[in-house]
Amino acid sequence: MTDDDVRTHVLPHQHKLGGPIRALHELMRVYGYIHTEHLPTVADVFNISVAEVRGIVSFYEDFKTHPPARTTIRICQAEACQAVGSRRLTNELETAYHTKLGIRGNDVELEAVYCLGLCASGPAVQVNDRLIARASVEKLQATP
Amino acid sequence: MTTVYVPLDTVAVALDANVVADQLSQAGATVIRNGSHGLAWLEPLIEVEHSDERVAYGPMTPTTVTGLIADGVLERPLTDHPLCQGPIVNHDFLQSQHRLVFDRIGHDSPLQIPDLADVLKALAMPPDTLIQMIETSGLRGRGGAGFPAHIKWRTVRDTEAPRKYLVCNADEGDSGTFADRMLLEGDPFRLIEGMVIAGHATGSNHGVVYLRSEYPVAETLFQRALEIARECNLIGQNVLGSDFDFDLELFVGAGAYICGEETSLLESLEGRRGQIRIKPPVPAISGLLSMPTVVHNVISFAAVPAIVRLGGETYRDLGVAPSSGTMSFQLAGNVKRGGLIEVPFGITLREIVEGYGQGTLSGRPFKTVQIGGPLGAYLSQQDLDARLTYEAMAELGAGIGHGGLVVFDDTVDLAEQARYAFEFCELESCGKCTPCRIGSVRGKETMDQIINGRARAQEFNMINDLCEVMDRTSLCQMGGMTPIPVRSAMERFPEDFVQETSA
Repeated sequence: MTDDDVRTHVLPHQHKLGGPIRALHELMRVYGYIHTEHLPTVADVFNISVAEVRGIVSFYEDFKTHPPARTTIRICQAEACQAVGSRRLTNELETAYHTKLGIRGNDVELEAVYCLGLCASGPAVQVNDRLIARASVEKLQATP
Repeated sequence: MTTVYVPLDTVAVALDANVVADQLSQAGATVIRNGSHGLAWLEPLIEVEHSDERVAYGPMTPTTVTGLIADGVLERPLTDHPLCQGPIVNHDFLQSQHRLVFDRIGHDSPLQIPDLADVLKALAMPPDTLIQMIETSGLRGRGGAGFPAHIKWRTVRDTEAPRKYLVCNADEGDSGTFADRMLLEGDPFRLIEGMVIAGHATGSNHGVVYLRSEYPVAETLFQRALEIARECNLIGQNVLGSDFDFDLELFVGAGAYICGEETSLLESLEGRRGQIRIKPPVPAISGLLSMPTVVHNVISFAAVPAIVRLGGETYRDLGVAPSSGTMSFQLAGNVKRGGLIEVPFGITLREIVEGYGQGTLSGRPFKTVQIGGPLGAYLSQQDLDARLTYEAMAELGAGIGHGGLVVFDDTVDLAEQARYAFEFCELESCGKCTPCRIGSVRGKETMDQIINGRARAQEFNMINDLCEVMDRTSLCQMGGMTPIPVRSAMERFPEDFVQETSA
């Protein structure tokens, strides 16, 4: 991935509304996370400073600056899921995967998310791209 | 071949609807993926068509659907089956609703081009007449603030500018809300129709839908709907043969709750950090790219076609003026029957929680319902007879917000919930103003002391002071409304907030 490769992914968004955010979404999709060495290219294409790009990346939850774990489990921590046991589910998953919410890992990473729109069928969990409603540890472990 | 409807709504998909759909196809059925009727506890809710009648079964799982197929569900209605719900339109949860925004949802594929009579009617009307009609209807913003729609429309129309914009706020981040998602997934054309009409009325030729990234199903569906809308000239040049041009695009956010605040959303749309802007100027005068901009929630735009169809007076006479028309309530949390309830304003909380919801899912006693998302009040049993209007809720120190209601049973600790309100504010604050950025952190720390039983009068005073400062001096409603859940919890459930007993 040379600078030219990165530029190829960024350039199509140069004149679009909200271009930097669209471009960063694209880099996430292609490279899995935002590499520090890509930031100057993004800055150059949009004629903004590297600090500004860094500011955008740090502001939005979706833009990660480290490689994703093999399995990322996002557990909804918001009220509607709290009402049906998301705090307990979080503890159970922490025990089951020997980790803590928000701790980075290579294998399984548990991440907080605030609302997946499954509020009438919680607790809601997302395993990589797959959404699971009425989630439980058993249901997650049965999921391929 | 028998036709079976299987929802593609996120709730259904998160409960294995895609597997169920594949099983039905393999068994020889013609599967149509529809939107959800909004009876979330029955999802995935499939409907099998036999000689023009659609018989519903739910909730389905890959196991139960195998059984249904073996029992012959594709050959004849299995009305005695325990999961048979009969024709879903006759279900009491739906029969008592008055759907204007969600009237088409669930009946067909969301990508079926609908009857565009409302748009044609509106395009033939002079813009001023349309704005007058919206004023008569009493339509107020459904995103949370309840601001009269016609004022935004008229301001944008009357402000001289080289370009004008419509921005649809689909950054539906409030926990307990999913109406925007359901509409985008189940009837995306309803939003497009509403935006085309609003564009014509306000003289705006450009629209943008700002969708949160947590809604991937909605993103795919709406993108496809935009392509179809372009093909059938609902958007583009000379919309449906008129002299009005309107282009519409989708923008996907990147995981920031604050971007649901309109000025923060505009900053984000311009490609920056979603930090709020100081108002004035309001977006209707200087919004997207400093141009006059109508910023509306999905449901506000989606209510417009019905107003054009029915007329302003008929719409206004639903509900309890000045809370006019219908509201899409979303019942969630610890409740037996959760889902989407579109009814005129004025229904009581009890009718929703006990009538539609039929009490808690756990079967334990009801304790509280939080209304209006994370910045909404926690109400108690004593409040259940209150009517859901902007005015009646304001009297209780509450707000309707985007219409989300989250039910909790008696295991909830309101001190934990008050702590969470501060914590959420800390997590999602854009950081621009001090009361929100620092007040939230101090509030959380102080609540920790209360929860650990180490708080004295000074900690309680600290919470009250923080709430007052955040309420009065925050730049936007994120910090400004965080005191609402905190104060309502402390006032209504003092037993959960205990002072240290002096040793």
